[in-house]
Amino acid sequence: MHQADLGTRKSLYYKYQVYPFVAPPDLEQVTHQQVVIVGGGPVGLVTALNLARAGIRCVVVTADQQVSEGSRAVAFTRRSMEILQQVGASEQIEKDGLRWRYGNSLYRGQRVFRLDVPHDEDDRFYPLINLQQQIVEGQLVELIGQEPLIELRWGTRFVAMEQTADKATLTLDTPVGEYRMDADWVIATDGAKSAVRQSMKLRMEGDSYEGRFVIADIRVDLGLPTERLAFFDPAWNPGNTILLHREPYGIWRFDYHLPPGESPEEALAPERIATRVNEQLALMGYDNMKWEMDWASIYSARAMTLPEYRHGRVLFAGDAAHMLPIFGVRGLNTGWQDAQNIAWKLALVIQGKAGMALLDSYSDERVAAAREIIDEASKSTRFMTPPTAGFRLLRDATLSLALTHEFVRPLLNWRTSRPHEYTDSILNAASDDSALFSAGPAKGATARNIRLGENDYLFDHLDLSFQLFYFCESGGLPQDLADEIDAVAASGITVGVVVFSRAPESLPSDSRAILIDDSSGHIHQKYGVEHSTGVCLLRPDQHVCARWIKPDAGQLRQAFQQVLQVKGN
Amino acid sequence: MSATSVITIPELENFYDHLALAIDAVEPGKAQIFLVKLALLLAREAVSKEALPALIDDAARDL
Repeated sequence: MHQADLGTRKSLYYKYQVYPFVAPPDLEQVTHQQVVIVGGGPVGLVTALNLARAGIRCVVVTADQQVSEGSRAVAFTRRSMEILQQVGASEQIEKDGLRWRYGNSLYRGQRVFRLDVPHDEDDRFYPLINLQQQIVEGQLVELIGQEPLIELRWGTRFVAMEQTADKATLTLDTPVGEYRMDADWVIATDGAKSAVRQSMKLRMEGDSYEGRFVIADIRVDLGLPTERLAFFDPAWNPGNTILLHREPYGIWRFDYHLPPGESPEEALAPERIATRVNEQLALMGYDNMKWEMDWASIYSARAMTLPEYRHGRVLFAGDAAHMLPIFGVRGLNTGWQDAQNIAWKLALVIQGKAGMALLDSYSDERVAAAREIIDEASKSTRFMTPPTAGFRLLRDATLSLALTHEFVRPLLNWRTSRPHEYTDSILNAASDDSALFSAGPAKGATARNIRLGENDYLFDHLDLSFQLFYFCESGGLPQDLADEIDAVAASGITVGVVVFSRAPESLPSDSRAILIDDSSGHIHQKYGVEHSTGVCLLRPDQHVCARWIKPDAGQLRQAFQQVLQVKGN
Repeated sequence: MSATSVITIPELENFYDHLALAIDAVEPGKAQIFLVKLALLLAREAVSKEALPALIDDAARDL
């Protein structure tokens, strides 16, 4: 029988809560669920919320009975916040988190690189926001508690699974014994050591072992702003790099590579961490600083992905699907993009509105994203922790040059996580005018947020449905386009319509559309609309799948058939 | 014609002497990193960036 550890986890700033295990009716009789999500971490929880917002019921099973230990994934990107906004989870995180966009890289006491992530005034969210993962999980659990379509089962451990062509049967273990549950679909979000992945004996591709790192969170008042700090080759850890991140509640994250030949146990010994923290603080000019240890952990940086995220009735997301180096905040921020991509597709397939191939596009799009990230991240990793003598020599030469030469300094930077553009997606309209646009978000890219007024942004108005943006000089949505949208809507597909007009006084009242004044032409320009009209079609995850100057009759319907992977009639 | 700029014999000889003296002048054990720094600086100055990979291969030959 599985019994989660019920001892409340310790934290200087977070009050853990042990959630009760509730014996489910399944113990008596096998039940049938539409969707079972295995893993109650942040990717599983956001996937569940996303499905529920689309009207799909799901059960989340998680072995633990409390949220995860320690601050873990601590920095969230703007895209993550936009994804969370779609499920109503961004507000509290923004309130509690620390916003940042600058970083300093230091070598021999000199700043050799200044990170400056651009912040567009059209964006609601800052480029990055720091908040401890367990706080985020706690907020997601609270939201789930208000969502009748989600059943979160604590203290329930995945044991085994078998699947046929039309269902999967899970065996789950609990404090009162095992039970079985049937599911149309299983989403595995059970982390890097995914029991679901292991039970299916799936192999990940790429095995570049990138080394082990210590994460130590301490409470200390450094009086510094929220900027990421990177110290290259500090005297106390020669050849390695130490990163510092500021977290809410007076916490600073120290992240450093284990010196060669040191075991994880040795590295985590409190006195050893203390010595290193003190040495790093001294290097920063803080002598005899008082601080308290909150949490420390070791992680192995790996760069691997499953080559397929769909295996019949089982879909993988987050670390269960890929293990990504965290430099550039690529872990959870990537997992949430998976969650957002999978949810609308699975919802439409379950509702019978889309073909099964739509789920394969989840795999194609997100595997491509993971491979791109692995490729990009390995460039960072080999600078941070040079794998060979040659890389070490080049890194040291670059650092040395960086003291006086501007041109090598960008090599010291690592690009932060950004939304993958689904440029080659099979869902991108085959017949559109995207090639005639010279600017704006291209097919596959995410749409651009727009500031509409005080505390009012375009994305605030978009729900989890398809969106059609219509750009015009004057007037409203033309009748032929309205008729085509009606035809799509008749097949059960919800399409939100937003009209951006250069002459808003001429806008007719239209109950179906959100009407937006663009007399300045700013939004037209952001979307690359240079002609008298323009149409931009967004998938529910806000990625553009078609652009037209003005669609010909039938083109919009064809685009929907393509994105839904259904045959035309 | 490649885009390589021509270096004259006197220029090459000067570079030869200057580099030899500089290698001798750096701290013991620092010649390697000194040369890599120099390679990076020369890469910036190179007229033809496309030639750089072939130059690395050339240098690796017959060691």
